[in-house]
Order: sequence, then structure tokens, then C-alpha cells
Amino acid sequence: MSAAITFQSVDKWFGALHVLKSIDLEVPVGQRLAVCGPSGSGKSTLVRCINGLERCDSGEISVLGNPVDDSPETLRRIRQKAGMVFQQFNLFPHLTVLDNLCLAPERVAGVPRADAEARARHYLERVHIPEQAEKYPSQLSGGQQQRVAIARALCMEPEIMLFDEPTSALDPEMIREVRNVIVELAGEGRTMVVVTHDMGLARAAADRVIFMDEGGILEDSSPAQFFEAPGTDRARRFLNRLRLD
Amino acid sequence: MKRHAVWLRANLFATRPQGVLSLTILFLAGWALWSIAGWAVFDATWSGDSRDACSGGGACWAFIAARSRQIIFGFFPQMEIWRGGLAIGLAFGAVLLLWSGKLRPGARLGAVTGLLVLAAWLLSGGFGLPKIGTDLWGGFLLTFVITIAGCLAAFPLGVLLALGRQSQLTVVRILSTCFIEFWRGIPLITVLFMAAVMLPLFFPAGLEADKLVRALAGVALFAAAYIAEVVRGGLQALPRGQYEAAWSLGMGYWQTMILVILPQALRHVIPGLANVVIALFKDTTLVLIIGMFDFLGILHAALSDPAWLGLAMEAYLFAGLVFWIFCFGMSRAARALEHRGRSA
Repeated sequence: MSAAITFQSVDKWFGALHVLKSIDLEVPVGQRLAVCGPSGSGKSTLVRCINGLERCDSGEISVLGNPVDDSPETLRRIRQKAGMVFQQFNLFPHLTVLDNLCLAPERVAGVPRADAEARARHYLERVHIPEQAEKYPSQLSGGQQQRVAIARALCMEPEIMLFDEPTSALDPEMIREVRNVIVELAGEGRTMVVVTHDMGLARAAADRVIFMDEGGILEDSSPAQFFEAPGTDRARRFLNRLRLD
Repeated sequence: MKRHAVWLRANLFATRPQGVLSLTILFLAGWALWSIAGWAVFDATWSGDSRDACSGGGACWAFIAARSRQIIFGFFPQMEIWRGGLAIGLAFGAVLLLWSGKLRPGARLGAVTGLLVLAAWLLSGGFGLPKIGTDLWGGFLLTFVITIAGCLAAFPLGVLLALGRQSQLTVVRILSTCFIEFWRGIPLITVLFMAAVMLPLFFPAGLEADKLVRALAGVALFAAAYIAEVVRGGLQALPRGQYEAAWSLGMGYWQTMILVILPQALRHVIPGLANVVIALFKDTTLVLIIGMFDFLGILHAALSDPAWLGLAMEAYLFAGLVFWIFCFGMSRAARALEHRGRSA
């Protein structure tokens, strides 16, 4: 299998804070990777480095053979191939759901309006909210908004999907609907990187888990092994605390 | 009827002292209104050729009526008045079309541009119409031209300056900031003086820009600085996630700004933009000091006509009323725009 994403001794500082410490990571095409760890462990920064929302200070990151650098053209190319879903949804509030979905395919990928609309309706169907197409984001629940955000990323037909804590801003009953959509997507063979504390999501969607703490990768294993028998004390304490919550 | 009685009792006549106070105020208000109406309407003179026609004790509106052509069109040649009227109508139509949100954005912009170009052609002439020098433009027409042209030029420039002030590019940011702070720091009167008197001194011999164009450029640059700061406020109100969402879909800088950021930011700052437009509309009266006769200027000048001496009260009341009607209209239009944005 070829690599979808590679990190080679990547370092990143926020001022004096060393958020990523010499990260080496290779995600093969088609792998579903869950990134777990306490807040401040650098897991969000890691996923944001993949599509260049953050720039690393040293080391190399490459996505589908494109090195992530400062050139706007490379970044645009990578971002079209790697869709992202945010914790806070970040839908465009001035556009209807349908226009949120059509905007990038039309304006960035140059898809004709009719095709973009057909594609949008197809993906709305896939996230189980075809009836909300004409509404504005503010008229939807958090879970519905996050599913629209997932559909919006899918509309660019990316080869990689990046999720940055997709269920962390949701009420418990909405977590399930979003989790189910992500798990369904995981069955389709697309490369996925999911940053999450949601153990249910990591267990059901991922075929590999890495555990991060203080900017480093402490564990790299299968979900079964990570959740049943974590190798480090740090991971054990983290999992215990999650179970208590 | 019963509801009104209940309301009156609760709000005006709840206690004895309150009732007395209410009656006194109602009486004074009624008396004031009656006196004003008597002067302005019932005892007023509405037509006539000179001050002598105004023999009643009331207002002398005959003065306004006799001067109405100048008040609206300035010194426009009599034969070409229709062009002035039509141009005002077209420009008004263009503003309404822009405001209404009818048509798709591209078509709307095209139609508005077309209407305004047509209006400009009617006013200045050429291409088959006799030319009319801008020194003959005046009155309400001039007020209208300065406001509309000033705003239309200032708005895109102001938005660009606001973006420039937030830019990652240091040179662009510094230049935008300097420009804004310079124009915001000087009074409009100074700008107009510079445009009218000083600027021609810097032009090479033979090159001459029309005085109105120079004044318009000054007004537009001045207003652009204010618009830039209003728009920047709107840009800062948007969460960073909106930029990140646009970038992560592969949008570049201009796509992000035009499709995602500006539509939201501008909607947030409609009240501030309306403020700038209303202030600009009223500030057009300052062109009087560089020898141009706008609506107020021409009324002011008419006061020294020997046939109509001593009518300052009528002239300034009329000017105030007209300004108020237009400003209030703009304020309502801006509110309607805000509400339309909210329901969307």
C-alpha cells in the first residue's frame, strides 16, 4: 500500500510551547486512523498540519505525494483532496444548506451548477438529512449541522477525510447520529484521520489508533489492543478517566 | 374604543397630579402645533412673483415655488432640464434596484452600471447631446450626483482598504493603514479646499481635471477611509472558523473573501454603512465653500435676491425638511435591508 499521509520528524512550536515533538507517522491509503489523547496533547495540531491550516516548523509532511509547503497552489490542491470537518461545524451561516454544499464544487472545482446540486443532494441523502436542503444552518440542530458539514466536505469528493473532534461540541443524543454517519463512511475505503476523545467512535470507525501526549506519539496499535490493553500508564490513566466521565 | 380608554387611564390619567400634567402638556402641544400650522399652512402664501405677494402673516412659500427650478437643477439650461430630471430618475432607479436585491448579482450590477452610465451621459452631454459644463450643475441635482458618485466610488475602495489593513502582506497593511489614518485625520473642508485650490497647482500645464471631478475624488477618498473602518469592524466580528472552513475547501484568498467573509461582514455593518452614507449626503453641503451651489447653497444664494429679501426662515426650514425626509428614508431603507438579511 502506498502512503496517503507521511510525517517525517515534524516539530511545531506555539511560542515556547513544543506542541509536536519530532513526529514520524505514515498513514497508508485506505487506512482509518483515530488520534486520541488528552487536551493539549497536540492531536488537533497534528491533523491541522495535514491540510496546512498550521505550518510545521521543521520536518516534512506530504499528502498523496504532495509536500505540504507555503505555496498557495499546493495548499489548494491538497485541500481539495483532503476534506476537513471541524469541532464547531463552521457552516456558512449566510447560505442555505444546499448552497453550503454547492459552493466549493462550483467555485473551486468548476462543477456546473446542476451537477453540483445533484451531488449535494446525493451526499445529503448519505448523511440522512435530504429534507433540510433549503434551510439555513441556524435552523438546524447541532447534530444536523455537523452532518451537513460532513456532506460539505464529501461534496469535493476528497480522497482523504480529516475530522477534528467531530462529536465534541454535541449533546449526547446527537453524538450518536454523527458517529453513525462517520462509521458508515469508514466502511467505504476512504483514508480517514479522526481526532477524538469519543471511544465509541474510535473503536467503531478506526482500524488503527495512535495515542498522543505532550506532543509525542506514545502508542500506535489496533483499536482492540489500545482499548483492552494499553501499553503505557499514561494511556491507561487517560482511558480510565474517560470511562468515569 | 374601550382599549383606548383603558390605555389613556393607565398612561396619562392614573393619578390626579399626572392627569393635570397630561392635560397641561396636551394643551401646550396642541397650541404649539396650531400656531405652527397657522404660520406654515393656513396663513401661508403659496405663489407669487416677489416678496410683495406675501402679504399674509404666514410663511412665504412662494419664494420656494418661484425658485424651484434652480433649487432642483441649479443653472442647467432651460431647454435641457428634461435631461436633468431623467438623470435623477435613472439614478434613483439604479439605487432602488441595488437596494431591492432583485435579479441575480451579476445582472443587477450590469443593470445598475448601465443606468448610471446613461444618467451620466444625459447630464454631461456629448455623443449627440449638447454638452453642459459641470459649473452649470447645481441644486438638488448636484447634491444627488455627489452623494451617489461619492458612495459608489468610496464603497469598493473602502472594502479594499479594510481588507488591506488586515492583510498578511506587511507593505499592503502599512499603506492601507497610513491611507485610512491620513484621510480620517483631516476635515472634509480641508479636503475640498485642497481639491479645488491646491490640486490644480500640482498638475502639469495643459492638464486640467474638472472641478466637480476633483471634488468628487476628494469626497470619495474621504468617505472610503470611514467605510474601511466600518467594514474592518465587521471583518473582526467573524470567527476564525469561517476562514478555516473556506480554506479547507480549497478556496483562495479572494474566493474566501468574496464568497464567505464579505457577505457576512457587510451584513453585520449595515447600520454603520448607513451612517456613513447619511453623513456624506449631509456633508455635500460643504461644497458651497469651493463655489459650487448644491441644494442648500442655492437656497442660501437665493436669499440675497432683492425681490425676496428676509426669507431665511422659510429657506432653512425647507432645506431642513427635505434633508430630513431623505435621511429618514435612507435610515428606513437600511433597517429594511438589515431585517431582510436576518430572515435569510
